[in-house]
Amino acid sequence: MKADVPPSGTPLVELKGISKRYGDLLANDGIDLSIEPGEIHALLGENGAGKSTLVKILYGVIEPSAGEIRWEGRPVTIGSPVEARALGLGMVFQHFSLFDELSVAENIAVALSSDWSLSTVREKLGEISRTYGLALDADRAVWTLSAGERQRIEIVRCLLQNPRLLILDEPTSVLTPQEAEHLFTTLDRLSSEGCAILYISHKLEEVRRLCRRATILRAGRVVATIDPRASSAREIAALMVGNAVGEVRTDAPHHPQGETLKVSNLSMPPAGLHGQALRDINLVARAGEVVGIAGVAGNGQSELFAALSGERLADRPEALAINGKPSGTMGIDARRRLGAAFVPEERLGHAAAPSHRLSENTLISHAATEVSRSGFILMNAAKRVARSIIQSFDVRAPEGDPQARKLSGGNLQKFVIGREIIRKPKLLIVDQPTWGVDAGAARLIRQALVDLAREGSAVVIVSQDLDELFEVADRMAVIHQGILSPLKPIGEWTKEAVGLEMLGVAQAQGGVHAV
Amino acid sequence: MRFELTPRTNASTMMRVFASVAAFITAFLIAGFVIWLMGRSPIAAFDVYVLQPLSDPWSLQELIVKATPMALIAIGLSYCFRANLWNIGAEGQYVIGAVLGSWIALKTHGMDAGFWVLPLMLLLGIIGGALWGLIPAFLKTRFGVNEILTSLMLVYVAQLTLDYLVRGPWRDPKGFNFPQSVTFDPAATLPPILEAGRVHYGAVFAAIAVLVTAVILGRTLFGYRLKLTGDAPRAARFAGFSSKATTLAVFAISGGLAGLAGISEVSGQIGQLQPSISPGYGFTAITVAFLGRLNPIGILVASLVVALTFIGGESAQIMLKLPLDLTQAFQGILLMCVLAADAMVSYRIRLAARGGGQ
Repeated sequence: MKADVPPSGTPLVELKGISKRYGDLLANDGIDLSIEPGEIHALLGENGAGKSTLVKILYGVIEPSAGEIRWEGRPVTIGSPVEARALGLGMVFQHFSLFDELSVAENIAVALSSDWSLSTVREKLGEISRTYGLALDADRAVWTLSAGERQRIEIVRCLLQNPRLLILDEPTSVLTPQEAEHLFTTLDRLSSEGCAILYISHKLEEVRRLCRRATILRAGRVVATIDPRASSAREIAALMVGNAVGEVRTDAPHHPQGETLKVSNLSMPPAGLHGQALRDINLVARAGEVVGIAGVAGNGQSELFAALSGERLADRPEALAINGKPSGTMGIDARRRLGAAFVPEERLGHAAAPSHRLSENTLISHAATEVSRSGFILMNAAKRVARSIIQSFDVRAPEGDPQARKLSGGNLQKFVIGREIIRKPKLLIVDQPTWGVDAGAARLIRQALVDLAREGSAVVIVSQDLDELFEVADRMAVIHQGILSPLKPIGEWTKEAVGLEMLGVAQAQGGVHAV
Repeated sequence: MRFELTPRTNASTMMRVFASVAAFITAFLIAGFVIWLMGRSPIAAFDVYVLQPLSDPWSLQELIVKATPMALIAIGLSYCFRANLWNIGAEGQYVIGAVLGSWIALKTHGMDAGFWVLPLMLLLGIIGGALWGLIPAFLKTRFGVNEILTSLMLVYVAQLTLDYLVRGPWRDPKGFNFPQSVTFDPAATLPPILEAGRVHYGAVFAAIAVLVTAVILGRTLFGYRLKLTGDAPRAARFAGFSSKATTLAVFAISGGLAGLAGISEVSGQIGQLQPSISPGYGFTAITVAFLGRLNPIGILVASLVVALTFIGGESAQIMLKLPLDLTQAFQGILLMCVLAADAMVSYRIRLAARGGGQ
């Protein structure tokens, strides 16, 4: 009799009636979920649907307010991640927890109990790397690695403990298409060996590629458990947001003309120790078109955004021209006065102040142009602006003038994008417009960006979401290690070509192979 | 076992008011207990500390005189603290303001110089404090030096400078070798508001500072700039607010107000320069600023409350033989209680047993 083999038909893990209450908010409301051994199970839902809460309960990070967890049929209490790991759970978080200065082997060793010596870790690391095709150099320092390689460290770290259930939170958000495909092969392999996988994502195509069962959450509740292969992406999206999601209308640009933004040979040293330098960037965005900039995270996107917005200044005015006016050495306010508008990647803390009211948050980008007169704030004007953003962009916010942090991610993103569009800018530069935003909000945002371009503005979108760029961009370039590829019409790009550019292979063809 | 803090979603204004009252009562209870441990009657102490100063007209004037410099300094500090910049050196800015302003008073001594002496003294007091405050600000913006250390260390430089001056070049030649300057001429003396009263025009400056600051912080873009810089520095940069300019501005403002407090105290209250011209107003003002929650009206109230503990402390020393250190301890207890009450309004605290394994 083997104790660790459950009676056939018993799920590996079963959640029954899991609820979690934060004050007035019911983040999880009576959730039932079961995962069979060896199954790849998708957990789908918009931001704020309760996915992270549920996973944190399962991994012992937070306690549920009510409900029961059964592991192989036995009721268990998972009080901490240590206990979760002892049971056989492994988790790969969306944001890695690695020490940049330590080597791969050291990073793995610190997470394990002390009876693992560094040499045993090295040995096991080699073994697992070979078995699952997770190539890793044990002695490389982490800060020299790509996001895909860093994720491999996290996965290997879990695999060393022989997990029965591996949880992955939005694992492909930082990967190139090729790296993602590689990950899927590894996951298929793990699953065939009997390791169950709980796969959290909002990318429907991936879920349909990997999973046979998907549990869909909406507003803290399970709305459906389906076979994602049997439903269309549109149907799944509709279940997630509660109504049908339309497609973005993108009629061809009329006659893009006039160089609204012209970047010429812009170079910039890295801002910090692990920052990325920008090298000889050339870019033109014309009135009426959407320009997309693709790339894997950490290849200079935030540096490019800082250079375009004026949060960092170029060393000469001609490096950047807005509406024909050299403005490379102008600050962000001066660029706004020239008709430019900007939306940074980080909503909380960069685009908006979390503890400030929405009306106050309009001041952040409108102060240069409106809502103040001779140094005094026109509070009523600011409130009016906030109200009209809320109405025009379908921002669902608590009554009155709430603090920015009271809004869900998607609604706050609609607000910060609406805040710029409502100024009717001639040039809009957006970094990751729909990062971590639910499908409904993402569609509304993309439509608004396209509409702005068609009304005669130039729109530059920096995004890691290739599907998004293929949907809305008229022309696109790829950034890799601070170098921007030439802009080409979207029709001339294939996903494969973009993937190669993202890896730097295309640039290096015939020359030195850059990795 | 561990404490869990979960943010309250529905913290009301009523709760905040109630919490402040509760904080004061708790602070008095703790202080009363300490006094009881020292073998004195807590009730008699409460009478001496609180009731007597508040019922005596002379003490009430004294209250305003003591609250004036603290209110002025704390109002200035609130600019820094709102922007998350830590000016700990208001005491030094106060001293340098007093020194530079007094320089005019000593230069014009016995000259019957005219009405312009006093305004010029006040102006130089403001400039002196502002310049002294700009040193840590400049070191921070230019070299990234931590402003807490530099502003604090400059306090000692300022105090020793004053000490040197009153023992050396500025000593009153007819002062029997006491380390003090000549007594200021009437033209260099800040007059009392009421004839023969104790309250000088410094109190008016404090009232003006409170009102102007209330408008600046609440209604102007500059006020929003400070709030944004303090709460979300990246968003402030995104809004186009240069953090260097903000740092220089708030240190100049808080230094200037501390300098004004210094020269007002010397010319309106002390009447001459001495080695010590402050019982630590510049440091106590930090407590006052936080007791008043960085709100101008709150700071005004807090400065009166803290002034009360100073006056009560002095009479307790005389009448009950309680040490003066107890006053400082009480100010500390009061601040802790107010901060704790604040936390309890903003967060729900519960003791949670660790799940599993037990």
